[in-house]
Amino acid sequence: MTRISGAWSSHDTVVLSVKMAAHLSYGRVNLNILREAARKELREFLDKCAGSKAIVWDEYLTGPFGLIAQYSLLKEHEVEKMFTLKAGRLPAADVKNIIFFVRPRLELMDIIAENVIGEDRQRSQRDFHILFVPRRSLLCEQRLEEQGVLGSFINIEEYILDLIPYDGDLLSMESESAFRECYLENDQTSLYHTAKGLMTLQALYGTIPQIFGKGECARHVANMMLRMKREFAGSQNQILPVFDSLLLLDRNVDLLTPLATQLTYEGLIDEVYSITNGYVKLPPEKFTQKKQGEGGKDLPTEPKKLQLNSAEELYAEIRDKNFNAVGSVLSKKAKIISAAFEERHNAKTVGEIKQFVSQLPHMQAARSSLANHTSIAELIKDITTSESFFDNLTVEQEFMTGVDTDKVNSYIEDCIAQQDPLIKILRLVCMQSVCNNGLKQKVLDYYKREILQTYGYEHLLTLSNLEKAGLLKPQTSTRNNYPTIRKTLKLWMEDINEQNPNDISYVYSGYAPLSVRLAQLLVRPGWRSIEEVLKMLPGPHFEERQQLPSGLHKKRQQGENRTTLVFFLGGVTYAEIAALRFLSQMEDGGTEYVIATTKLINGTCWIKSLMDKLEAPPF
Amino acid sequence: MAAPAKGTSRTAQNDVASIKKKGPGALATAYLVIYNVVMTAGWLVIAVGLVRAYLSKGSYHGLYYSIERPLKFFQTGALLEVQNEDSVLLFVVAWTVTEIIRYSFYTFSLLNHLPYLIKWARYTLFIVLYPMGVTGELLTIYAALPYVQKTGLYSVTLPNKKIELYEMGWNLREGLRDCLIAAAPYGGPIALLKESQRRERSASARPLLEIYSAAGVPMASFPWKSGVVVHIGWTVSDDLLCIQEDGTVLIYDMFGNFRRHFSMGNEVLQNQVIEAKVFHSAYGTGVAIVTGAFRFTLATNIDDLKLRRLPEVPGLQVAPSCWAVLTQDRQTKVVLASGKDLYVLDNTACTPVTPPGIDPQVSSYFQMAVSFSYKYLALFTDTGHVWMGTSNLKEKLSEFDTKVRSPPKQMVWCRRPKSQQPSVVLMWDRLLLVAGKCKESIKYPSQCKESQKADEYLREIKEQNLLPEAVKQCVEAAGFEHEPETQKILLRVREYKQMTVQVLIDRLVFRRLYPLAIEICRYLKIPEFQGVSRVLKHWACFKVQQKEEPDDVIACAINQKLGDTAGISYSEIAARAYECGRTELAIKLLEFEPRSGEQVPLLLKMKRSQLALSKAIESGDTDLVYTVVTYLKNEMNRGDFFMTLRNQPVALSLYRQFCKHQEQNTLKDLFNQDDDHQELGNFYVRASYGEGSVEARMAALQNAVDEFNKAKNEFSARATEEQMKLLRWQRRFQEEFDKPYLDCSLHETVHSLLQDGKHKQAEQLYKDFRIPDKRFWWLKISALAEKEDWEELEKFSKSKKSPIGYLPFVEVCVKHQNKYEAKKYVTKVTLEQKVKAHLAVGDLEQAVEAAIERRSESELNLVLSRCTPTTDRALLDKINRARAGALKK
Repeated sequence: MTRISGAWSSHDTVVLSVKMAAHLSYGRVNLNILREAARKELREFLDKCAGSKAIVWDEYLTGPFGLIAQYSLLKEHEVEKMFTLKAGRLPAADVKNIIFFVRPRLELMDIIAENVIGEDRQRSQRDFHILFVPRRSLLCEQRLEEQGVLGSFINIEEYILDLIPYDGDLLSMESESAFRECYLENDQTSLYHTAKGLMTLQALYGTIPQIFGKGECARHVANMMLRMKREFAGSQNQILPVFDSLLLLDRNVDLLTPLATQLTYEGLIDEVYSITNGYVKLPPEKFTQKKQGEGGKDLPTEPKKLQLNSAEELYAEIRDKNFNAVGSVLSKKAKIISAAFEERHNAKTVGEIKQFVSQLPHMQAARSSLANHTSIAELIKDITTSESFFDNLTVEQEFMTGVDTDKVNSYIEDCIAQQDPLIKILRLVCMQSVCNNGLKQKVLDYYKREILQTYGYEHLLTLSNLEKAGLLKPQTSTRNNYPTIRKTLKLWMEDINEQNPNDISYVYSGYAPLSVRLAQLLVRPGWRSIEEVLKMLPGPHFEERQQLPSGLHKKRQQGENRTTLVFFLGGVTYAEIAALRFLSQMEDGGTEYVIATTKLINGTCWIKSLMDKLEAPPF
Repeated sequence: MAAPAKGTSRTAQNDVASIKKKGPGALATAYLVIYNVVMTAGWLVIAVGLVRAYLSKGSYHGLYYSIERPLKFFQTGALLEVQNEDSVLLFVVAWTVTEIIRYSFYTFSLLNHLPYLIKWARYTLFIVLYPMGVTGELLTIYAALPYVQKTGLYSVTLPNKKIELYEMGWNLREGLRDCLIAAAPYGGPIALLKESQRRERSASARPLLEIYSAAGVPMASFPWKSGVVVHIGWTVSDDLLCIQEDGTVLIYDMFGNFRRHFSMGNEVLQNQVIEAKVFHSAYGTGVAIVTGAFRFTLATNIDDLKLRRLPEVPGLQVAPSCWAVLTQDRQTKVVLASGKDLYVLDNTACTPVTPPGIDPQVSSYFQMAVSFSYKYLALFTDTGHVWMGTSNLKEKLSEFDTKVRSPPKQMVWCRRPKSQQPSVVLMWDRLLLVAGKCKESIKYPSQCKESQKADEYLREIKEQNLLPEAVKQCVEAAGFEHEPETQKILLRVREYKQMTVQVLIDRLVFRRLYPLAIEICRYLKIPEFQGVSRVLKHWACFKVQQKEEPDDVIACAINQKLGDTAGISYSEIAARAYECGRTELAIKLLEFEPRSGEQVPLLLKMKRSQLALSKAIESGDTDLVYTVVTYLKNEMNRGDFFMTLRNQPVALSLYRQFCKHQEQNTLKDLFNQDDDHQELGNFYVRASYGEGSVEARMAALQNAVDEFNKAKNEFSARATEEQMKLLRWQRRFQEEFDKPYLDCSLHETVHSLLQDGKHKQAEQLYKDFRIPDKRFWWLKISALAEKEDWEELEKFSKSKKSPIGYLPFVEVCVKHQNKYEAKKYVTKVTLEQKVKAHLAVGDLEQAVEAAIERRSESELNLVLSRCTPTTDRALLDKINRARAGALKK
């Protein structure tokens, strides 16, 4: 049983929590309200368990919780120790309460039961509690009862953590398996949580008058929301609506976008190093402090961990830019900062010096931020300039523009022959399938066979999963409708401007993400104009209205923007977020977007979540 | 409501008029004539009004209102309100006729022209009219009585402070000696259990449990048939707890109906309960017991039973002389005295304590009392002193010498109205003493022998506490108080108030006084959620017990009254109906429940599992679906269960997920049931990986092949057959070369064979598995390069024309740091790939040449990106020139 470090390490916590909170309130919608509500609930629960406490964590939850509260908050409420949930005995800790923070999963209940039974024999003075996140479950309580430990718990409660404020305009449920559950296993638990989360959101930010949606899951969530609203009938929400509309989008309406390599700065960081719960781990070599007299020091071996969000001014500026436009911004910033430091030579009077000194902390922060991002950009540049990256991108763009999507692609063949990472292959093959509205049986079988022979027959189930999810499919109809969709929705733009973009397609250097196009077209000119294409995409599209209590109808000022919440069911990429932010900032856009999702994804982690890992025991 | 006074006053006036008849003056006569004419006319107006109204309405209902105004005008006493319209009408009609006759009689007699008809009417018709009028008046008076009582009209409140609101109805046949007595807080019911301790029990000598209202009205009485009762007490919701010697606690409602029972733990069975207490806290009602082994066990809330066995008190050999339960900082603790020692027991520890400022001569504590709010503690010592302090034993308030050395029979905290000072009331057989903070005491030589009278008296004090008033003052005081601690204390009292209003409403509800409860809720503007809705719910729960009414009628009546009131839970009402054995009614009521999630548990209870499943699915709450599914699984036989699932795809897929993680074999059965061969195939593939031996794995894979064939999934079947084939090969190689091949992919196997120089076997696999040429070439050259078998590589390159071209040869050589070998192949590379090949071996000049030759700008750019500006100046110039040239063309 290990102590948890990382996001929960006790240093730098107070400062962080203040910082965290601030950037959430910058946006169009103050998401800090949501975070504060979540924090309050956490404090209330902790206070219910009087006395010193140890928290036993379902390890999966530590990341999401880090977005809500730092260790300091827990410490203030007498949390003295933290452990990871593990089978066997609980480690010794001189505390009065043991609190299990867990997801409602049966296998975790078995571990908890084991912990509790092992504990009882030692000494009986400790109190046990369970906090289910995000919801308590009868099934789990039944399991605890079967194990004979249900009675040992003083408190069994739920901590409703559905939508976690991730950034000023971004909410995530951080539910990794949502896509797999919904589209592969027909398990709609995460959709129920989504609907519940949206109800919580409406309780805080007012009823959302208009709901649009596309896809089966979107329909299901909207139905549940309307039903839940009826269930709460009588307790009218008296808050002036903050959101004007909600757009629910199924991930499987746009399977193409996550498969493509994201080309924004943040997207690339995620593609290469994967951002988890707002943090990224980077190879440490580039981040060594060049201090004089320490030339010969050993390089650090621990990866460098950085928090990435809009609290960092520079990052907020460059995160959504096409990577090719990041360099110029960084060098411009470098000049400004060094000029600012040069100012000290001009500071003659005491007053001037004082003013300079007062700006120093801010300047130093800016300088270290610049240094960090210059290093990251260098790391990424090494990759983007590599031949394999270029070749891969070329093939992706060929597929997206519809070049030779109906034949076996020789680049993919070569990659398989050289045993490139399987996920890379799967991304490409799936992309070809999606861009061709399915592959000819012969082509599909060829790819599948190549994959099985090269990477092992155990991937048969993974391939079957991809087929079930619609990512890989045999061509059924003779007509490939992807070109129609591409042309109608203008998914491919030839003259893109990466430096000063005029269209969302800059985020993929030419490809405009389908999902975001749908959001854009919904506002202007409306979906009616693209009925034909909408019919080609899976699932129904719909519009629902929610009655507002009289007096809460918003009177919009001239030129005031509408606020739309776009909810991606099954995940969203950073590039899509960048595209939506771009639309928010367009002068004549008229709409600002807040983005919510079950999970922030990229092609790699998305495909990974669909894989079935089979390993045989050693003979 | 002046109606009752009318008849008499008017009759008096009548008499006066007839006396003065003898000799009136001319003026007086004129006045009287005018007066009588006006009155006659007036009454005629009323009569005509009545007749007209009757004719137009065709019924006498509402007639009164049509003549109300003239009637009031002509009648001296004002009619304020009408309680009983029929009776009013009766006497109004009677008097109207009478009056018309009377006044016309007066008028004519004043004028000395009395027609016979009028004279006859006046002295004959009264026979009918007077009894009629009197009856009507009496009826009206009777109907008005409750109103008078309610409004206090005509009542004069006497200036005395004590008002007897109701009479005590006590009718106790025997004394209260040997009785267990419990009075519910806030003037609730009182329970008596007589001779509970009697051991030998014959049917005739069974103790009697009696329940009285606070006013002494008997509410229930029945012989006690269970075990020996140690203690009785009331819960906050007016339920009676009877704690038995064996640790069983029986719960009765205030009408003496048995509710349920629970046990205070197994340990008690051997050691028996020697003493027990019932206490109240924010969590509800709790029970504390001390066993024969002198161990304490607590249950803080009997509705959510969690037994806590408190730690042992070290060295405790005899029962504690006295003890008390108190709630502090959300924790329930026990204070106990044993000899001269005091201990505080909480969940974790037993802490010895010494009250500040206690007389060191004290060697024993006789009595202990905690105030109702758990703020204060009083101790009666063997020196005859009462120590009063805060219950945390940190502060002493005062001490008082009672000069009595014997233990008091009872000691209780009380607070006089409008006094901030709590005081303690002590009682001995013939003495009642109130001790306060101010070193003074009031002694009441007790006149009644029965100690319980004192209890009554104390309770009265409690009732007169004027709680709401005090609470209001506390809130105001909190506003002026700047010290946060004090503020908190004051505000805590406020919480108390909310509790009491709730308690009040609960009380009314438990006594089935629903309309009154609703009126109070409305008057106090209690949010609907906590107020009216709750009362309505209770009403509905009561309503469903009325056995004589049919289901439809009740369901309809309840829905009409409750509608969509916020916070109404139809499922709770339905649950009640089900408890009363009315399943059909319960189902009807559940239909009104908007939250489908709430419907499910009850439907399950009622064994309507199919309906429960649909409702669970409707709610979208997958956990609920799981719950129903597990329930169905246990209730039904497998076939029916599977059939049920089959009709509910959502439930089916959830159950599949469950089985996948928990019950693999059931999963197989499920797929079998559905003839889902594809999934069965997948299932066997997955299962094969769990097998320990190659044979078992092969068998599982063979099953998979069969299923895939049945599913007409040719590809999967072939792939799995291939996998089996590979396994066989691998096993052979493993035996032959004594090297692990199993679990490698085909690609890896061939690679490994090539690396080991087993070209023949590699070739065999290549043919047997029809590996595409391209991939085989890739495989072979990278294996050879890895092995650094350059000779073999060269040989292979010349064996036939490479299907992958020769750039890969260059690349693999470079990859393994052999540029020399790499260069051998550069010349063989096709023109299109030349630039790349040159670049790979680092030959920039050649690369530039090739690029220029190809006139490809992109390739020029590629080369350009590899040049370093300092060292390759000449090349850069060349490239730039070439680019410029290319652009020109």
